[in-house]
Amino acid sequence: MELTDKIFKFFGGIKPNGHKAISTINPIKRLPIPKKLIIPVRQHVGKVPNIKVSVGDKVLKGQILAEPIANISAATHSSSSGTVVAIESNKIPHPSGLPDICIAIETDGKDEWIKRNRIDPSNLSSEALYEKMKSSGIVGLGGATFPTHIKLNSNKIKTLIVNAAECEPYITCDDMAMQEKTKEFIEGIQITMDILKIPHAIIGIEDNKPKAIEKLKTVLNKSKNISIKVVPTVYPSGDEKRLIYLMLGLKISKEKRPVDFGIQVFNVATLISIGRFFYHSEPVISRIVTVTGALKRPNNYEALIGTPIQELIKDAGGKSDQEIIMGGPMMGFKLPHTDVSVTKAMNCLLAITDEMKSKDTFEMPCIRCTKCVEVCPAQLQPQELYWHAKSKQFEKLTEDYKLFDCIECGCCSYVCPSNIPLVQYYRYAKSEIRDQLKSSEVADIARERNEFRLYRLEREKKERAERNAQRRAQTSDSDKKKLIEEKKAAIAEAMKRIEEKEK
Amino acid sequence: MIAAILIILSITALIGLILGYASIKLKTDGDPIIDRIDKILPQTQCGQCGYPGCKPYATAIANGEADINQCPPGGDDGVHKLADLLGVEYKPLNAEHGETKPKSIAIIDESTCIGCTLCIQACPVDAIIGAAKQMHTIVEKECTGCELCLPPCPVDCIDMVEIPETTDNWKWKYPIHSIKQQN
Repeated sequence: MELTDKIFKFFGGIKPNGHKAISTINPIKRLPIPKKLIIPVRQHVGKVPNIKVSVGDKVLKGQILAEPIANISAATHSSSSGTVVAIESNKIPHPSGLPDICIAIETDGKDEWIKRNRIDPSNLSSEALYEKMKSSGIVGLGGATFPTHIKLNSNKIKTLIVNAAECEPYITCDDMAMQEKTKEFIEGIQITMDILKIPHAIIGIEDNKPKAIEKLKTVLNKSKNISIKVVPTVYPSGDEKRLIYLMLGLKISKEKRPVDFGIQVFNVATLISIGRFFYHSEPVISRIVTVTGALKRPNNYEALIGTPIQELIKDAGGKSDQEIIMGGPMMGFKLPHTDVSVTKAMNCLLAITDEMKSKDTFEMPCIRCTKCVEVCPAQLQPQELYWHAKSKQFEKLTEDYKLFDCIECGCCSYVCPSNIPLVQYYRYAKSEIRDQLKSSEVADIARERNEFRLYRLEREKKERAERNAQRRAQTSDSDKKKLIEEKKAAIAEAMKRIEEKEK
Repeated sequence: MIAAILIILSITALIGLILGYASIKLKTDGDPIIDRIDKILPQTQCGQCGYPGCKPYATAIANGEADINQCPPGGDDGVHKLADLLGVEYKPLNAEHGETKPKSIAIIDESTCIGCTLCIQACPVDAIIGAAKQMHTIVEKECTGCELCLPPCPVDCIDMVEIPETTDNWKWKYPIHSIKQQN
């Protein structure tokens, strides 16, 4: 695809206050190794991996704790060395507040690595590479957590797009990573290009990150393979399809994915992880988390997966009872429990500010001002979606109003003068519709099985009748007489026995 | 005059032919309304409605013999959908037919099972595997939670277990916001 300097502005979007400066003052911080790590077994989209350790086992840093069982699954590793002290259901950072299986590791402080070798992807066959990637635990670290090995297993890719837009307010983890880990980042891009066998990559970055842009430009000075495209700061430019449109002017409809156009999009943190995995054989055992909001010392932390988030919040000058949003203020969710640990999906911990609280408390009726229509980047009718979701008219939502085109970016809620939590209505409607679809599939199977059973019973009855008729037809008249006489004799004998007994 | 009669006759003959052709060619097997009702029913095949399965109940509704509020597994939503489809007034579930329970599946306590095959015969969707004097087990994926296997079991070794809410089947809830007065 030809790269032009032109920026293709997408429809809608908003320009909220970024609040990014507060967490970029100080460099990325590392905390001492926590005494106890609580590592959720599943931190990705897909199947739960198979647990490979048991309570009492000694584990080393980077050792596999759980192995993927299917293609859409990812491995989970130990973030430090120590002893497995529990494998049990524990609180996880999930909007439901429901628990999931976690592995608790008491660290020994030695932080001892397993044996590591540099992996050269050019020496590996594509199958071996796929298997290797599968064991890396790398998933989309932008927050979607889709297993990365699937995205790398394609030979149709022509363009690699690096999503460095980081458009959500408050979040600065990718910005800081690009500033401080520039070399690792470029290495990650290089190796991803090698794996995908493509010559060119484009970094898409919002113009509100001048330091990162400058740093990248100096490092990439001579490079012809990796180019930078600075895009204007409009939320949600970090949405995959929005970013592709901004950079290339290519519109991708709901039914299609970027892969269908030979484009693959990776997030900054994911690429750094890919680089680390191949250069240092380091699986995903840590990630950069922006800890910001109503805190005394907002900062970015390179935290081990499984670190209790309270340690980060405490270090950033927060209180243990503060309400925390995981992710950004636009697309994140309020954590039901704040005594959970860092996971691969956790790009940001945002302590709720008073300003946000005041917006959250009251909802007024929709006045049909259609401000939401003006900002919806998916070009939907948010007010109609709201009416139908509220009155639970799900069929109309999917057919007429294309609910599933909604990317849940939250622009509509942001501009709504009535403070309606629109996205919450859409999420509710989406999960109801998905559940209905699933139940109707289950019902179809039950119907089929019931129909087959009725058919089987009918068939068995018929077969039995046929067998009997056949037997009857096969026996000749003389045989029949003989049979009847035999039976009569048997009855007579029995009667005789009874008579004798009675005597 | 004659021309007019001929024209009218030929038109009627033509329409007759089209209608006759259509009635043969476009004939539908079965009653589509029964299938549409059946599509709404949850296919639990539990018989709580008083009919031996979902299809017979659908047939009875279509024939006007049964009411639309006799299916507890379908719940209130189901009644609403049936009312919408048939253009009749919604009515609350008839308590005589039982109440809506959370979705459950049957689990056989395999150490108590004596292998009598009675539950296998009762299961409307053939979700129980086993043979005479062999331990039985339930294919969880196929179980509709109809509870029909419970009464025939002579040793009471079948339990209904509610499907727990996990992060996999969890659903976003309807947004409830307290309408608070601003101070």
